[in-house]
Amino acid sequence: MTTLTDPPGSTFRLSMLLNDTRYRSTTLQVIAFILLMSAIFYLYSNLATNLREAGLNISFAFLGTPAGYDINQTLIEYTSQSSNLRAAFVGILNTLLVAFLACIMATIFGVIAGVLRLSKNWLVRKLMAVYVEIFRNIPVLIWILIIYALMTIASPSPRAFRGDDATASMILDGAAITNRGVYVPGPFFTRGIGGEDGSVINWLLVIAVLIGSFVVTRMVTARANATQEATGVRPNTLWTNLAIWFVPIIVLLFILGLAWDIPELKGFNFSGGLKVGAPLIALWFALSIYTGAFIAENVRAGIQAVSKGQTEAAAALGLRPGRVMSLVVLPQALRVIVPPLISQYLNITKNSSLAILVGYADITATLGGITLNQTGRAIECVLLLMAFYLAASLIISAVMNVYNNSMKLKER
Amino acid sequence: MKKSVFIGALTAAGLMAGAAAAGTLDDVKERGKLNCGVTTGLVGFAAPDANGEWKGFDVAVCRAVAAAVLGDASAVEFVPTTGKTRFTALASGEIDMLSRVTTWTFSRDVDLKFDFAGVAYYDGQGFMVPKDLGVSSAKELDGATVCVQTGTTTELNLADFFRANNISYEPVPVETNAEGQQQYVAGACDVYTTDASGLAATRAAFENPGDHVILPEIISKEPLGPLVRHGDNDWGDVVRWTLNALITAEELGVTSANVGEMASGTQNPEVARLLGTEGELGAMLGLDADWAKRAIETQGNYSEIFATNIGEETPIGLARGLNAQWTDGGLLYSPPFR
Repeated sequence: MTTLTDPPGSTFRLSMLLNDTRYRSTTLQVIAFILLMSAIFYLYSNLATNLREAGLNISFAFLGTPAGYDINQTLIEYTSQSSNLRAAFVGILNTLLVAFLACIMATIFGVIAGVLRLSKNWLVRKLMAVYVEIFRNIPVLIWILIIYALMTIASPSPRAFRGDDATASMILDGAAITNRGVYVPGPFFTRGIGGEDGSVINWLLVIAVLIGSFVVTRMVTARANATQEATGVRPNTLWTNLAIWFVPIIVLLFILGLAWDIPELKGFNFSGGLKVGAPLIALWFALSIYTGAFIAENVRAGIQAVSKGQTEAAAALGLRPGRVMSLVVLPQALRVIVPPLISQYLNITKNSSLAILVGYADITATLGGITLNQTGRAIECVLLLMAFYLAASLIISAVMNVYNNSMKLKER
Repeated sequence: MKKSVFIGALTAAGLMAGAAAAGTLDDVKERGKLNCGVTTGLVGFAAPDANGEWKGFDVAVCRAVAAAVLGDASAVEFVPTTGKTRFTALASGEIDMLSRVTTWTFSRDVDLKFDFAGVAYYDGQGFMVPKDLGVSSAKELDGATVCVQTGTTTELNLADFFRANNISYEPVPVETNAEGQQQYVAGACDVYTTDASGLAATRAAFENPGDHVILPEIISKEPLGPLVRHGDNDWGDVVRWTLNALITAEELGVTSANVGEMASGTQNPEVARLLGTEGELGAMLGLDADWAKRAIETQGNYSEIFATNIGEETPIGLARGLNAQWTDGGLLYSPPFR
């Protein structure tokens, strides 16, 4: 006689939460979540209790009160009577400006150095290796200080331009390099829309025209590609594209009456024209050349990741070395280069917070420095600072990820 | 990611506030050492000498408190702070007192929750320019580039002064006095502004002090003094009355040289109370009877501290001016020891 017993029913026992693989991971996650939440709650209540005991509170009202201090580089209108919030925005714009400039410059440095590191010329190859190793292995803080110190010591002060026995003179009578910054002629519009104050609209107009030209040239190129596919003959687009780029903008600038404001020595400093401050230049250059060394290594790694057969095949088709690099190797290498490049861009943005070292008024210097000190609202200011850097980094990541997705191998 | 950042900030803030509990006097006694916040280096006020020993006017105040509380003027841990870090350091309990050319203002006293223990030095903000600029008044500084220490009252006064006079300037923010000095010498700014005493101290450190002039305008009131956390009144009293003891000692003619002799045989009842031979003033503070005697013995009275660190005999060469005793036409006026 055979006895057939049913498999045990699916009765749930508490021990199964740990022993049964079906439940174990969920259990552990729930425990971890509870621990995390209680830790957060403990820290928060500790903070709240201690603040209350010290008679302090968390309040963001200080953002609306007048800042009371002046800032040396303001991209938007700002006086010492503007609010702390506006001072923070001035800082944010300054941070974004230097980060943007440094990202572009670092990419240029990095790509050039990375490609040249693989040069067949021994001297060039070794020179680039020296550049990478020196700049990569010394902290960026020290580079910022060195470059700023060299700038302030090596270049003449505005005083040296004065008098008959001036020891320094302006370049082409239009630009001056001083230890406080570089002064160049600044463009302005004599017949601009909205008179003196309407200059923003004029510049937006200029940018709109440039974007329009860009879109149209893309369309012309696309049509040329289509023609080439259909007939095998590529129409010459060079002159058309040049005309599309230059004619509208020249006409617009002529209508608006573009003129140049030449800087001249007045009192203590040069006035008029466009001033690029020494702190901005030092920070920009230091961040670019430092991060450029890292990017160079990324670029080298990316290029070496492209199989040698690709280069040889391209050479066999009769492409010159320069075209092999730009048409065959680099487009494939970009797939390897872009992901680490994102983190280099993030590093630049975060490293720009060292700006206060050279007196550059970035967000850390305005909101996290002077405002924090003058109002004593340390926790609030630091929270806002963290929120800003987090948001900025996430936005940069998002944009670069979109680019990365468009570059990566399309699997079909 | 957002969460983890948040936790970090809260931890930092929680720890910071956690340390700031009451009972500093007991903490200091138990530790056997006074943590005193000073500048990162301002000759005459607080700077390490060639042997690495801290010297200066602010340093002497710290040492006097240490001598009064711990009986040892060398039992001080000097914590260098910048204009930016000083208040956080004090609020977080990293230092017990701040003696760092800090201006007593309403918002610092009330909003930042500190208590100023009195005024150790009456100062005002001035401007220093190279002599060859030919400037004789601060009102001629239109368009100048000005180096200013960030996070100070100086920065705000500067903005106010130029706005009130309707002239423009460009600020170059610097973190420390040394950095400001370096920028000024390199010519990155035309003008250096800070408290007049600080300007004198900075100028004294130059190779050719005569090439620089301090402009006559004093654009602000800067009463400088030691400060402690608000709410710890016992500790605040110790610092306040140690400072007052130094001032009173000068008024009563007690010096580091004669303090022993005065303590044993004085006819003046206030001197006796000050030096602990009469009354219970020390016990009221939670200290022993000789507290003020030790402070004066080791550091000297106010005039001795002034003369050795910043007085006219020193390279800094500051006159007593407002900082003379009230009996000599100055502002120093200690409440009575009674």
